[in-house]
Amino acid sequence: MNGVGRKIVLALAAPVIAVVFSLALSSIVLLISGSDPLAAYWDMIANGGRLETIVDMLNRATPLYLSGLAAAIGFRMNLFNIGVEGQYILAAFAAAVVGANVILPGVFHVALIIIVAMLVGAIWSGLAGWLKVARGINEVISTIMLNFIAITGIIAWLAVEMRDGPLTPNSGTKFIPESGQLPDLNGWVEVFTREISGGRKLSAVLLLAIAAGILFHLFLNRTRLGFDLRASGYNPFAARAGGVPADRMVVLAMVYGGAMAGLVGMVDILSRHHRYDADFTPGLGFAGIAVALLGRNHAVGVAVGAMFFAFMDVSSPILQITGSATREIVTIMQGIILLSAVVAYESVSRYRLREEARAAAAALAEDRTVS
Amino acid sequence: MLQRIGALPGWARYSVAAAIGVLVLTFVQALEPGGLERLTSENASGAMLRWSVPILLAGIGGLYSERAGVVNIGLEGMMVLGTWFGAYGVLVGGPWLGLLYGLVGGALGGLLHAIATVSFGVDHIVSGVAINLLAPGMVRFLSSEVLTGYSGGSITQSPSIEGLGSLTVPVLAGGTFFGAETPDVLGAIDRWELFFVSDVASFLRGFVADVSIFTLLALAAVPATAWLVWKTRFGLRLRIAGEHPTAGESLGVNIYYQKYKGVIISGALSGLGGAFIAMELTGFYREAQTQGRGFIGLAALIFGNWRPGGILVAAFVFGYPFGTALRDLDGRSTHALLLVVVIALAAIFVLSLRRQKVLDAILSGVIASGFFIWYAFTDTAPDWLPNTLPFATVLLVLLFAVQRLRVPAADGMVYIKGET
Repeated sequence: MNGVGRKIVLALAAPVIAVVFSLALSSIVLLISGSDPLAAYWDMIANGGRLETIVDMLNRATPLYLSGLAAAIGFRMNLFNIGVEGQYILAAFAAAVVGANVILPGVFHVALIIIVAMLVGAIWSGLAGWLKVARGINEVISTIMLNFIAITGIIAWLAVEMRDGPLTPNSGTKFIPESGQLPDLNGWVEVFTREISGGRKLSAVLLLAIAAGILFHLFLNRTRLGFDLRASGYNPFAARAGGVPADRMVVLAMVYGGAMAGLVGMVDILSRHHRYDADFTPGLGFAGIAVALLGRNHAVGVAVGAMFFAFMDVSSPILQITGSATREIVTIMQGIILLSAVVAYESVSRYRLREEARAAAAALAEDRTVS
Repeated sequence: MLQRIGALPGWARYSVAAAIGVLVLTFVQALEPGGLERLTSENASGAMLRWSVPILLAGIGGLYSERAGVVNIGLEGMMVLGTWFGAYGVLVGGPWLGLLYGLVGGALGGLLHAIATVSFGVDHIVSGVAINLLAPGMVRFLSSEVLTGYSGGSITQSPSIEGLGSLTVPVLAGGTFFGAETPDVLGAIDRWELFFVSDVASFLRGFVADVSIFTLLALAAVPATAWLVWKTRFGLRLRIAGEHPTAGESLGVNIYYQKYKGVIISGALSGLGGAFIAMELTGFYREAQTQGRGFIGLAALIFGNWRPGGILVAAFVFGYPFGTALRDLDGRSTHALLLVVVIALAAIFVLSLRRQKVLDAILSGVIASGFFIWYAFTDTAPDWLPNTLPFATVLLVLLFAVQRLRVPAADGMVYIKGET
């Protein structure tokens, strides 16, 4: 096998192994529980081709992707930002409150909401960065604690304070006026396809997510700061010796990650509920970590991971409808895919390292015999 | 004076700390408008004890894992497995089987974490996150397959289940001894209504009256761990895996085996903590009933400086606000606890001034003033505070004492045999 082909095979080996392994394991689980795995998978795939499912899938993939990118920025320099969950919920809440209380011309209104969200996310995440740099507190611990302080503390407190009107079952903040609502992309899609039924709206935050992905890639690969950030991740000692300010990089990575996390809640705030209420989607922060790991913290990889998880989330209800399996199997599949993917990535990269060492040793030996 | 307390043997130091704790509580409850008695009542200490157990078990579990060098943020997921398997065990064969199933369910989670981190060298945090994502999905699937078959069971909930039962200690709290009535010494002292003395007696009575057998088992894990991990060969080998694995390997210790051992015990104990929540705290399994207690256990592990006695103290400190919140419909007990936070921060402020640590003094001074203003300008505390207090406390502890904590030296590092 030549060099390039080998590289591609090795790069694809891990995800393929992970998917095959988790399909096999889930099939066993389904067989034990008395369902037909092939029928279940076929139902999911057949349903996944429908236009409505694809719209749902994109709406689900958009926040997952942003959350994945938010986690990936830290991961690229070995910084574990477990706090995306708290950051995006806090950010979305603040953005919803600010957005509902101002009146601005359309573009500015939306921009203000987005900026508030990014700022709040950045501050909450930057706090963990500061705690690490100034006080030596591990970011994993501090972000876990900050998650709980944000969700069980600040949100639990302010959600009651900022409630719009009397106690209703799904009480939320005030609605954001029309000028602060993002138009949907249905018109654009329907040019190429038929009409989207069921009142589904393709969120325009999708465009924001694509832009964020491109920026993420350019920032990491085409800017000095991005290079410093990656260098700190590969080899912190070498980076420091090369003049990269380690403390600054930590704080910056956390701040950028938090700003990205601020965008995660925007689908709900700008396109769906137009306020923060009980229907606000939780759990995207942790799912984002999974997506980032699946996609190897790479802009395109994370997108694939987000689409894959979104496909599974969106097409699981069909299992309940056709009765071919319990829809909960999907959560298990996601967990198994994640675990087997990280194991496979780790094994493949170890294998590659060993191969490189062997090749280098062989080349050296050859060199010696020649001279 | 601090040095003198520090020179005392362990049991005496803990007694002094506990006495100071009760004294502070008597003090702050007397300051509440109209006065309170519930902070030092036996209900408060009994509830504290019950709510501390899951935190304690998760924390001690974390100790076994991290002493072997494997960071375990999957404690929460393992606890989730424990709640389900514990409840299922009770349904199948009674409370003791529930205990066993909870233990095994958590241990399976630990095994998974060990396979990923030890055998495959996956980053510990990554594997922990994956387990925390996987566990809720697994129990939901299992519920849909199994629990829906029971009457009163559903995809999110089990029918009600019985606990292990409880006992009251004779003489101290007036329990029966082989059927014979005994005096209730602590209860009698409580009725004297002497300042502080009666408070201590009442508080102590909560520990010995109507205690769950499960609680006693969990408390026994503290001295057992102190002995097992620090006084036996078993523990020495476990600890070298977390301190200096290559040195251990060169002495013939099988580091992989030690790490597996630590992580599986860790899962088993967290699973027990989960089973306790289902069996003793709520009396049934319900989805998401752990409410982050696995993470509080992780916090207790850090607060307790990776030591069993410290974890016990942390579990009490973190469990206490949950316990008092139960009988605190007007929010006044929790409000009094705000003053405890102020006192603790003020103590840190004074200490940092004396040690001339400027940043520490400024930080503690500002945060203490903030809490004091909150305390002074309100009469009641919000109901979310007990949920948040443990996490805020840990952040504050880390903020001021991170240099004093001693993590196992190789904690969190991926160890591959033959690589340095």
